[in-house]
Amino acid sequence: MKIKKNISGSEALIHCLLEEGVDLIYGYPGGAIMPFYDELYKFQDKLQHVLTRHEQGATHAAQGFARVSGRVGVCVATSGPGATNLVTGIADAMIDSTPMVCLTGQVPSHLLGSDAFQETDIIGISTPVTKWNYQITNAAEIPEVMAKAFYIARSGRPGPVLIDVTKDAQFDTFDFSYKHCTGVRSYKPLPKIDVTAVDAAAAVLAKAKKPLIVWGQGVILGKAEEEFKNFVEKSNIPAAWTILGVSAIPTDHPQNVGMVGMHGNYGPNMLTNECDVLLAIGMRFDDRVTGSLDTYAKQAKVIHLEIDPAEINKNVDADVAVLGDVKSTLPLLAERVASKPYTEWYAAFKKHHDIEFEKVIKGDLHPTKDGLSMGEVLKEINRASNSDAVVVSDVGQHQMIACRYATFNHSKSNITSGGLGTMGFALPAAIGAKMGAPDREVVAIIGDGGFQMTIQELGTIFQTQAAVKVVVLNNDFLGMVRQWQQLFFDKRYASTEMVNPDFVKIAEGYFIDSKRVTSRKELGPAVDEMMASDKPYFLEVCVEKEHNVFPMIPSGASVSDIRLS
Amino acid sequence: MEKNYTISIYTENSVGLLNRVSAIFQRRHINIISITSSVSEIEQVSRFVIVVRLTEAAVKKVVGQIEKQIEVIKAFYHTDEETIFQESALYKVASKSLFEERHIQNIIKESHANIVTVNTDFFVIEKTGFRHETEQLYNDLAPYGLLQFVRSGRISVTKDPMNIKALLTKFND
Repeated sequence: MKIKKNISGSEALIHCLLEEGVDLIYGYPGGAIMPFYDELYKFQDKLQHVLTRHEQGATHAAQGFARVSGRVGVCVATSGPGATNLVTGIADAMIDSTPMVCLTGQVPSHLLGSDAFQETDIIGISTPVTKWNYQITNAAEIPEVMAKAFYIARSGRPGPVLIDVTKDAQFDTFDFSYKHCTGVRSYKPLPKIDVTAVDAAAAVLAKAKKPLIVWGQGVILGKAEEEFKNFVEKSNIPAAWTILGVSAIPTDHPQNVGMVGMHGNYGPNMLTNECDVLLAIGMRFDDRVTGSLDTYAKQAKVIHLEIDPAEINKNVDADVAVLGDVKSTLPLLAERVASKPYTEWYAAFKKHHDIEFEKVIKGDLHPTKDGLSMGEVLKEINRASNSDAVVVSDVGQHQMIACRYATFNHSKSNITSGGLGTMGFALPAAIGAKMGAPDREVVAIIGDGGFQMTIQELGTIFQTQAAVKVVVLNNDFLGMVRQWQQLFFDKRYASTEMVNPDFVKIAEGYFIDSKRVTSRKELGPAVDEMMASDKPYFLEVCVEKEHNVFPMIPSGASVSDIRLS
Repeated sequence: MEKNYTISIYTENSVGLLNRVSAIFQRRHINIISITSSVSEIEQVSRFVIVVRLTEAAVKKVVGQIEKQIEVIKAFYHTDEETIFQESALYKVASKSLFEERHIQNIIKESHANIVTVNTDFFVIEKTGFRHETEQLYNDLAPYGLLQFVRSGRISVTKDPMNIKALLTKFND
């Protein structure tokens, strides 16, 4: 590209963002990042900036944007507290493999290490929770470092990158030219595919009588939905999902046997310990999926399709490890498998589903008691959205209910904080999701606890008019912790009861259309009204206070010790 | 079974990478027995040598996490039997004991240690070898009064070739 003579570091940062195809960033200004904001002012027509109400909100919004769009989310903050406020979102993006680039201002380089005003060692602080980070102290470094940042964030197993730019590097001028990064010599994002491993996997599958697929977010991150669906259909193997994997194929796919893990479905959890081959695709055997590793799928041969070599044998030993991008490995495996009917095996899933339906699902979705259940709210949202919505959930009981019962027709539709379990995630993430997929309906499902952790982002919704549908499932409790207290701590409800404000009034204070629902007859019409609105909408649903989420695998127990009540 | 493993890490020479590597151990509550960083046989490539006491299963996972870091080129782990390793120690002793205690001269001679410097106040002995050798010399000299003692981390080369150069050239094939 043409050289831009004598431009400032700040202007260079903006050109880098534009070169990387960024047209929307989230952030919050402050002293050490002011030169950047000053340049941003001149580029408003090309680069939209969303002012969140807290830097944490900027990270979660960038995450929500990235998760629905598959693009890199970008957020900006100043030095010191601005930078430290990003840490939760960065850690969340790290553990959930979300591509994100965070730009932070830093004190001028001659003040580094002097305990200057708003100086903090954000490189040191963010090191364990970033895929890569770098401090720029010289403007001339900007193009190469920024190109590398985007390359690293989006390639291989994606993740967050933080770039800290000293104030003098933002002011200094240099001759700018940009070259996209195509490789870093010490970094191999895509492991070379070993076809003999694929052959070995196929040989194991050829003998399988009761195989089970467990797929994770790797399918979505790898943009391998088509390849995955083809493999699933060609092999006819029952397929279960992790909470970050759901929506990679439509919920109503006949081979979808449900969710694994702590609050997953009865069948896939129980049958994990009965399958003869466990085929893990783009998932990492999180402890919330496996329960006790000592009793996890010990009878099964494990095949692990995975992009990150460090995940192989980390938690569960693989009999066959197929390293590589699943977009490349799944077609190779599909070529080598034959369809089998697995009639009895599917019948086992059906049998378990019927038990779960009787003992759990019926009561959740079709309650006969007066109090509203969280499940019936999800059922109404599924109905009103035709399963086309993006569902953004926070963390806790409502999250498990949302992941269990939300139905999806499209990929990249379930946005939730999986690995980190960050309360406060959903409201800002929903803003980002709406901006990342403006043509789609975005519904945030949030508990009364998590809502109040980032409630100030209602201000961002008001200012941007992002047409997010915010549903707070209010049980006046930190419900999941309360559930554990009830089940495992003799009902000692230590600090879990919430005395809540009038949420509707708060939403009204931000001029957001809002409604509170307390009875079943109001619920359907209220959800319809919300979905019909083309503006932001806030719906509070007062649900039963002491409802428990089942099934449940108690922490540290075996997947086959799953409880239905 | 836990044993000593020597982890060798070839890296780009960049600010903050030591922090990134050490954080991997800290997070898993693993104590680093010794750590040494230096240039390697390849220009611009640094080499860390870290000694830890772990099971092989644990060291494998740690090495996997280390290799995952962007600026790490390659990491290996080896048992003592697979490496040639040494440590260096410096012993500072008051000069008067060299002249007054004839026995000290024998200790130095028998230990194959080198005298680095001698002046009127003190002299400095250097001994490179296995841990038990530098410890033996420490124990022998201690009764005469050690003014200062310091020992380096382990440095080690492997018996098998590492082929980092070849790896670097074909890294992104």
